[in-house]
Amino acid sequence: MKNFLTGVAAAMLILHQDFWLWENTNLIFGFLPTGLVYHACFSIAVAILAVFAIKYAWPHDLERWASGEDVKSNMNENKYDIQ
Amino acid sequence: MTVLIVILVYLSLLLGLGLMSGRMARGTSKDYFVASHSIGPFLLLMSVFGTTMTAFALVGSTGKAFERGIGVYGLMASISGLVHVICFFAIGIRLWSYGMKHGFVTQIQFFRSRFDSNAIGYVLFPILVGLVIPYLLIGVIGAGKTILPVTAGAFPDAFPHPNPLWTGGIPPWLSGLGICMIVLAYVFTGGSRGAAWANTFQTLVFMAMGIVAFSFIVNSLGGLRQASDIPMTVNDQGQLVQKYGIVNGEVEKLETPNVVGTIHGEVDPSLEGYQPHLGRRVLEMDYKTRKGTELVDATRELGVPPWMFLTYLFIPLSVGMFPHLFQHWLTARSAKAFRLTLIAHPLCIMIVWVPCVLIGVWATGLRPPGMPSAAVLSSMMAALVENQILTGLLTAGVLAAIMSSLDSQFLCLGTMFTNDIVLHRMGRDRFTDKQIIWIARFFIIGIVTITYLLSLWAADKNVFDLAVWCFSGFAMLTPLVFGALYWRRTTKVGAYASIIAGTAVWIVLFVKAGASEYTVGPGIMPVTFCVLASTVALIGVSLVTKAPSEETLAKFFRR
Repeated sequence: MKNFLTGVAAAMLILHQDFWLWENTNLIFGFLPTGLVYHACFSIAVAILAVFAIKYAWPHDLERWASGEDVKSNMNENKYDIQ
Repeated sequence: MTVLIVILVYLSLLLGLGLMSGRMARGTSKDYFVASHSIGPFLLLMSVFGTTMTAFALVGSTGKAFERGIGVYGLMASISGLVHVICFFAIGIRLWSYGMKHGFVTQIQFFRSRFDSNAIGYVLFPILVGLVIPYLLIGVIGAGKTILPVTAGAFPDAFPHPNPLWTGGIPPWLSGLGICMIVLAYVFTGGSRGAAWANTFQTLVFMAMGIVAFSFIVNSLGGLRQASDIPMTVNDQGQLVQKYGIVNGEVEKLETPNVVGTIHGEVDPSLEGYQPHLGRRVLEMDYKTRKGTELVDATRELGVPPWMFLTYLFIPLSVGMFPHLFQHWLTARSAKAFRLTLIAHPLCIMIVWVPCVLIGVWATGLRPPGMPSAAVLSSMMAALVENQILTGLLTAGVLAAIMSSLDSQFLCLGTMFTNDIVLHRMGRDRFTDKQIIWIARFFIIGIVTITYLLSLWAADKNVFDLAVWCFSGFAMLTPLVFGALYWRRTTKVGAYASIIAGTAVWIVLFVKAGASEYTVGPGIMPVTFCVLASTVALIGVSLVTKAPSEETLAKFFRR
């Protein structure tokens, strides 16, 4: 699933280049320029992609690693000024 | 005068909120710098979004859409939504895990540890501060440009202006000073907790006011359908005409369209009736603009070149190295706190940018083409929203967007200076907790002073272009953080090479451009070369220098 979502993100980078709409000045609903509607829908698609990424590609292992039992000892050992 | 009173009431409320949250502070340096890691998902979203959406988003996007049309949304807003989400996911969560595991607060602490090098902090610090300052500048300049038109006529004797329409308005030097002092006051007392609360309040205010402003402007333009007919149009002689005008605050169709410019070159019959700002076709426009009291000839590009559109995608990579975001990632209460931001951030961008871009496009049919881009939004509000109280509230909304960026940046620079330079060099034990807070405060005062003085010098710069240069600088550093997080072979020398190469290319192009809009060849953005240089240097030099020790790698990579 992670690979599929990575592929979707890569495809979206390509779909962002909507060269076929470059000179299109038609209005949707009589007031919204087509190019603007396309990119507003793109923003909504990104939010949906984020929902899927959270559901299927969330790095639970990283969370467990960071919040593991050894946190306290590591924090005490660290050489930085503010914790 | 009423507009000014409303703005002053809003600023007083904000100041009160900031000072009140300061009273909730625990008085420790930890609380001052990172609010004791207590910021939850909603405050985090408001803080991240509020800080990212500065004058650039409201004033800059409207002004740039006035110049280039709807393509501005794709240039910055939709691509930012995607790239930001990728960066939050790929960089943010991983950094959170290191912050949690090793106790890092600032990005310099992370890089020092990852590359086992103290010196890298001293190299990065001035670069990061130097890049944050233009970010702050656009806020202060944007505030000045917003307040001037809406307060015009308030003090005609005290503040004359070369443009008679703006005589008596609060001049940018005074509004910039006021904004800096207010933000300084609540950051000074409330620290990160004050900034987070003020940010949340201001982000809600500017989003709400944005919707109100949009609906009033649409209403004054005669509804959405008429508004869409307003943008500048090409006639049968290749001239750019405005079909509508503002008469006594009302938008009316003119009997004879007003010619405001011509399409450069030979007349192209296929362009008749074309509204350049509703598409992205590249055209050159000749027009007249006012310089002082004289009218002079000028030319500018309409539309968006495809290469510019493509290479703009590197600019949102800047989010990977913004110091304040880096600090949020390292110090968040939990990784789950980012989930709301991941989903809502692209939607919030859309809610703010779509109306701003539309207002900028509609303004092309009503405002002179030579109008300074930063003044477009407030000029539309002043001309179309007749109710003074409402104009004041809407202006307060714009100021809210601007100030919600300034506070986090000021605070972040103070945190970096205190932790990465002073305490790192002299040792924490030499100072009491109170002294540590005061060190940060003094540094913040210094930064505010420098920013304010620079804003007087750069008052006429285009807010959008200045922001793009600032973001390009941060973007050229992003390959470094990707390498540090995902490639074990990234070395200390490779990191230095990446920083030096990217910075050198950035400085050369910045000086050549004079901090204005600049492209190479068919429209390639300078950020492309900066990111390319830093990436090639990072990979090339890392491959030929000594790999990091296993001990260092063990802290950051699981086997």
